[in-house]
Amino acid sequence: MATQQSTSANPKVNYKYRRKKAKQEMRQHVTSFALMIFMTLIAFIAVMAGFDKIYVYPILLVLAAMQVVLQLYYFMHMSHKGHGTVALFLYSGVLVAFITVLTFVTIVWW
Amino acid sequence: MSTVAQKKGFLAVLWDYLTTVDHKKIAILYLTSGGFFFLVGGIEAMIIRIQLAVPDNNFVSAGLYNELLTMHGTTMIFLAAMPLLFGFMNAIVPLQIGARDVAFPFLNSLGFWLFFFGGVFLNLSWFLGGAPDAGWTSYASLSIASEGHGIDFYVLGLQISGAGTLISGINFLVTIINMRAPGMTYMRMPLFTWSTFVASALILFAFPPLTVGLFLMMFDRMFGANFFDASMGGNTIIWEHLFWIFGHPEVYILILPAFGIFSEIFATFSRKRLFGYAAMVFATVLIGFLGFMVWAHHMFTVGLGPTANAIFAVATMAIAVPTGVKIFNWMLTMWGGSISFTTPMLYAVAFIPSFTAGGVTGVMLASAAADYQYHDTYFVVAHFHYVIIGGVVLGLLAGTHFYWPKMFGTMLNEFLGKITFWLFLIGFHATFFIQHFLGLMGMPRRIWKFLPGQGLDMPNLISTVGAFFMAVAVIVLLVNIVITQVKNVRVGNDPWGDGRTLEWAIPSPPPFYNFKQLPLVRGLDPYWIEKMEGNTKMTPAEPLSDIHMPNNSFIPFVMSLGLFIAAFGAMYQVSWRASEGESFVWALPVLIIGMLITIGAMAVRSLKDDHGYHIHKEDLLDDEEGGRE
Ligand code: HEM
Ligand SMILES: [Cu+2]
Repeated sequence: MATQQSTSANPKVNYKYRRKKAKQEMRQHVTSFALMIFMTLIAFIAVMAGFDKIYVYPILLVLAAMQVVLQLYYFMHMSHKGHGTVALFLYSGVLVAFITVLTFVTIVWW
Repeated sequence: MSTVAQKKGFLAVLWDYLTTVDHKKIAILYLTSGGFFFLVGGIEAMIIRIQLAVPDNNFVSAGLYNELLTMHGTTMIFLAAMPLLFGFMNAIVPLQIGARDVAFPFLNSLGFWLFFFGGVFLNLSWFLGGAPDAGWTSYASLSIASEGHGIDFYVLGLQISGAGTLISGINFLVTIINMRAPGMTYMRMPLFTWSTFVASALILFAFPPLTVGLFLMMFDRMFGANFFDASMGGNTIIWEHLFWIFGHPEVYILILPAFGIFSEIFATFSRKRLFGYAAMVFATVLIGFLGFMVWAHHMFTVGLGPTANAIFAVATMAIAVPTGVKIFNWMLTMWGGSISFTTPMLYAVAFIPSFTAGGVTGVMLASAAADYQYHDTYFVVAHFHYVIIGGVVLGLLAGTHFYWPKMFGTMLNEFLGKITFWLFLIGFHATFFIQHFLGLMGMPRRIWKFLPGQGLDMPNLISTVGAFFMAVAVIVLLVNIVITQVKNVRVGNDPWGDGRTLEWAIPSPPPFYNFKQLPLVRGLDPYWIEKMEGNTKMTPAEPLSDIHMPNNSFIPFVMSLGLFIAAFGAMYQVSWRASEGESFVWALPVLIIGMLITIGAMAVRSLKDDHGYHIHKEDLLDDEEGGRE
């Protein structure tokens, strides 16, 4: 159990290198944060401007999906190495959920 | 804790098992409680068969028959087959991947106790006013109309034990992903580990729909909601979907680990590497994926429409392809091998035609148009017993004989084992083969009695006689177990002589820390590789050093007990459902007390640090061979 240790806390890893990495990551965080705020604004504007619902719904859904992806990759570290298994399970789950919802929409409620 | 052997009193042993977090002991807990529920479910089955032995029989009443039928199915799937498989997974998988335990030993114990208390809760229904009686599928319109507390027992009991299963499944996923010994790549994992991995992934995705379904049912029955009540704007079909979105993957959760056990047995007793290892892995994963896209084949006659039926029919038939790949690979593993027909191998060989017969009727049922004829007849009963008994139960029996020495350090008697095998195999085919024809003649499933002179008498009698063969087989197995444990002849590391995987490289039973030094894995079937190069032991991958171990804990037991108590409160606070129309003022307080016990136990676990302990290098050096206690 204790055989694997987190590499990021490993003092042997070059200090300078780690600082550079941290800086890079910070930039990504700020960028994606700004993007997320921006998308939230678009969502609000789309609703408040009173466009037809047929346009607003898909816009909201797409924006929401993009927010989730940004959140996962830049804030929950899925962009880092070693998250292949996590991604596999996440996407399998998404697939299963999608099929379920699709069948419900088409053959139960339609 | 000292590693020196010592004799302990009964209470000390009991306390040890109540608090253990050791995967090998949890395996024994799963095996004994799963075995117990298997006997309970078996007795229910015998009563069903006695009732149906002759026409117009009155051995049990119609109401009791419904309860027996429901409890038989529910018990066998949730409380016997799954826990028994978890028993073998716990006993073997950590050893096969060269780990000292599962990733979360505490959660492992919690998973067991949740299952255990859920199972006890469900079965207490027999003594508290009647068992559930709406079938193991508990379709909503029927179960919402069911009087008394039977269905409440079903809903709450399965909810509790389902949480345990989900926890255990996640635990195995994390274990297999993170705890493999150095050199144990994914494509070097033994097939039993692979199938456990895929089955755990199926648990992860399949149990939440069941949880949701049970949750909605709980609110409909106990808290006045109307999710499934069409007259109140609900939709009863949604339960069927939720149940089968869980239910079909569930049958693969059961069969995949059995496939894994058989794969190990075929390779071991053919003394050959498993044929087409990569194809086997791929087929296992593919079956897992496809398993989620076929659930509506249980609902062809509901009226989903021809498009939906066609899509699900084709998807269902597609599963036969990877399954066929596996069948052929097992046969090609035997081809040209130097086969020894031990008891496990007999089960494995018999499994191939038995399971294939079930697969073939499966494809027949998958033709949606034809299914209008088969659905809800004994043909379906024959189908699923061929796959579940011919696949899962044969796998469990084979695993019992195969892994008994690794779990208990003694060898089950081969002669008695073969008697069990033949009695069981003959009984199984006698019972269920003829049910195909009963179904084709139009005998509906889930009926309490049938009338004479319709050509159903003789086949039903034969079926009942077959069931008695299986019952005798199980009794012989129990006798075998008792004799073996009383004689207590200890065996060495590799009692079958042909072990291929890591578990056979260490003592039987293994010391509580499993591996003194983690082994270096140099390929598929690592122990076999070392044997072929003349080594008797695995090459260690690390120097001998202190081993970190988790402490035992009583908290999982308390957490599960709290939910068990709370379930009684939740159930009896519904006075309008109480059989005698009484209202129970104590129910709400009991619900709250139970929840407080569980939450309190969780708080203790979170707030109190438990760092475990270390076995020191010096003690390890003293402990030459090890062994449990
Ligand atoms: C080639 C593989 C398989 C196919 C094509 C298949 C197909 C089907 C179909 C179409 C039904 C619905 C029949 C009806 O209700 O009219 C069914 C029922 C069933 N199958 Fe299978 N099946 C397969 C394998 C399995 C396996 C491996 C298991 C379990 C280990 C299994 C367990 C069951 C059970 C328990 C039912 C009945 C559920 C109930 O209504 O209570 N099947 N199968
Ligand atoms: Cu199915």
